[in-house]
Amino acid sequence: MTMAEGDLAVTELHFVRQQQLLPQPAPVRMTGAIGWLRANLFSTPTNMVLTVLIFLLTVWVVRELFDFLLLDAVWSGTDREACLALTQHREIGACWPFVWERLPYFIYGSYPIPERWRVDVFFALLAVGIAWLLWLKAPRRDLGALYFFVVLPILSFILLHGFAAIGLPVVDTVLWGGVLVTIVVATVGIVVSLPIGILLALGRRSRMPTVRFFSTLFIEFVRGVPLITVLFMASVMLPLFVPEQFEPDKLLRALVGIALFASAYMAEVVRAGLQAIPKGQYEGAMAVGLGYAPMMRLIVLPQALRITIPNIVNTYIGLFKDTTLVTIIGIFDLLHTIEVARIDPKWATPVTSTTGYAVAAMFYLVFCYGMSRYARATEARLSKSDKR
Amino acid sequence: MSSEQVTGTRPPRVPLYNDPRVRSVVYQVALAAIIAFLVYGATNNAIEHLQKAHIASGFGFWNETAGFDISQSLIPYSSTISTYGTAFWVGLLNTLLVAVLGIVIATVLGFIVGISRLSKNWLVARVAGGYVETIRNIPLLLQLLFWYNGVLKALPELRNSYTFAGGGIYINNRGFYVPNPVARPGFGWVELVFAAGVIAAIAFYVWARRRQERTGQQAPVLWVTLGLVIGLPFVVLLAAGVPIHFESPQAGRFNISGGIEVVPEFAALLFGLSIYTAAFIAEVVRAGILAVSHGQVEASYSLGLRPGPTLRLIVVPQAMRVIIPPLTSQYLNLIKNSSLAVAIGYPDLVQIFTGTVLNQTGQAVEVVAITMLVYLTISLVTSALMNLYNRRMALVER
Repeated sequence: MTMAEGDLAVTELHFVRQQQLLPQPAPVRMTGAIGWLRANLFSTPTNMVLTVLIFLLTVWVVRELFDFLLLDAVWSGTDREACLALTQHREIGACWPFVWERLPYFIYGSYPIPERWRVDVFFALLAVGIAWLLWLKAPRRDLGALYFFVVLPILSFILLHGFAAIGLPVVDTVLWGGVLVTIVVATVGIVVSLPIGILLALGRRSRMPTVRFFSTLFIEFVRGVPLITVLFMASVMLPLFVPEQFEPDKLLRALVGIALFASAYMAEVVRAGLQAIPKGQYEGAMAVGLGYAPMMRLIVLPQALRITIPNIVNTYIGLFKDTTLVTIIGIFDLLHTIEVARIDPKWATPVTSTTGYAVAAMFYLVFCYGMSRYARATEARLSKSDKR
Repeated sequence: MSSEQVTGTRPPRVPLYNDPRVRSVVYQVALAAIIAFLVYGATNNAIEHLQKAHIASGFGFWNETAGFDISQSLIPYSSTISTYGTAFWVGLLNTLLVAVLGIVIATVLGFIVGISRLSKNWLVARVAGGYVETIRNIPLLLQLLFWYNGVLKALPELRNSYTFAGGGIYINNRGFYVPNPVARPGFGWVELVFAAGVIAAIAFYVWARRRQERTGQQAPVLWVTLGLVIGLPFVVLLAAGVPIHFESPQAGRFNISGGIEVVPEFAALLFGLSIYTAAFIAEVVRAGILAVSHGQVEASYSLGLRPGPTLRLIVVPQAMRVIIPPLTSQYLNLIKNSSLAVAIGYPDLVQIFTGTVLNQTGQAVEVVAITMLVYLTISLVTSALMNLYNRRMALVER
């Protein structure tokens, strides 16, 4: 196409850039800290208002907590006088000397002082068992499972309850208390509920109608009623049902209640895992000639349990929190020892209750949060291996 | 083991103890026998124990005079003439009251927190996450004790009550006292208009829906409903000269009379249950919303829907399908957890029945059995209702 006069005039009128413009950095308002703030906190007027309100709320809560736990807290003293606003003439926060003095009681209950090393050894043995099971690179984890589910319960019973023949005086369970009882109840629940739960789950999926009926009946019944009624049943009805000479002691009754309750919930978790295993796995196992027990033990359960680990841990978190309910039937778990200590006239002040509850809350928060982190990490690990 | 084998030879005879059918029958009979034996033994022992302790059996206690006081009752109850049966109904109603209110509050709070956790606003999402992680990991019983002993019982005594609204509202360690609205003559008109408004609103909703299906035109249902149900009765209320009288609580030297009294046990239980369950509901809601594929939102935007309608019309209905089953189990948990009332002395079913009645009559088997049956029934009814709702919401597939 030849260029006419008119076209030239047009090109002269319009400016066409000859060289490419270099890309400019993004405006300051859109990048870095300011950009992040604009995008995440102040994107719209509603968001601005929300941000400011929530910020003020957060500051208020954090400041109150900080003041109560640290700034206004009392750090030394020998009795309630130290934590009374009236005598101290200032705002009083947490009463830490109370916790400090009662800490042995919170941990061991009324366990005889010269025998408390046994409790410490029990804690250490338990820690070894848990680490062995949870640490993935630990050697011989099969032995770890054996240790946790068989050796540890027997060893712990001998250690905590005592065995006169080897020179360990018997300590009545009435004297047990505090963190010791909380851990014992939770651990027994964990150790017992998994095997029984697996049996119940298999029973519920069994082809034998009687087995299926009783398993379903038990699971649905226990899951339909509150734990506290199961505990009441264990504590007031169990003694009626057994012959007089076997009258179970109070802690044992609570343990039975907790174990039954946890088993029913565990059964449903395991059943969900069993249902997630493709039918081909069952058929494959049968095709190579495995009977029911070897098929379950070698093929189905290892796969089912592996994918249920996060849910099993979540059930344990619930169980760990539920152990506090034994307080109501008169077992001295951590919460019960705090309930007793906080109304002791020696320390009773307006802040004593809250201080005690804060300690308990931190204890449960640390344990439960730790478990939920583990569950989440496992979930992430499993989904990674599934993706390949 | 059919006889039509390709080779034509009979299969080798399986020994009886290896025949799966025989085995299965033997197992089942054995299991039934063991369970029957346990039940028989337990019953025998129980009868023996009860006879030795001279404890009556049967449900005769139901019509006996209870003789204990109950701090909160929705039906007339008096310790001198009411029976254990009446006490049972008082407890059951108290349980249902706290459960229903708790479910409503926990659902609202849980949805707000759950949606906030997905907010684009960093601070809002973090605070919601912090709430969920903290509340979920602290035992409910501890939270209830904290609300009751740490907060409500730590309020000032009667003499130093917090007073609001010029003596209309009192807050002290015995509870909350708020004015009690009493209808005066002429209030009937307001009720009448309110009822008419509700009916008109439903009619309008049905009409708007039909019209939208036919023509695609939308009607401002929300505003019309608000106007009919709240606005119109309010206008009538004003026109009738506000025929309503607030009976304020009167502070005396030793107690407060008049007004509505909310006992601290109830308030603590309601706070604790709602806040605890809301954290779990928030997780359920979050999971449900995340389960809706992002393509749905993008498709909605590309059709020209704005974020509000997208959430309301596209995301939430699909998320509800994922949310409802776990939400049901949270509701059931809340109902069952309301039995923790016994720890702070709120007179619910467990506190009255497995607490006081059990101690007075000693009839452990009957009392615990009744309590468990009630909870089983409540659980079954709730899950049946939620299943019904779920079936309506479920995806209609070919």
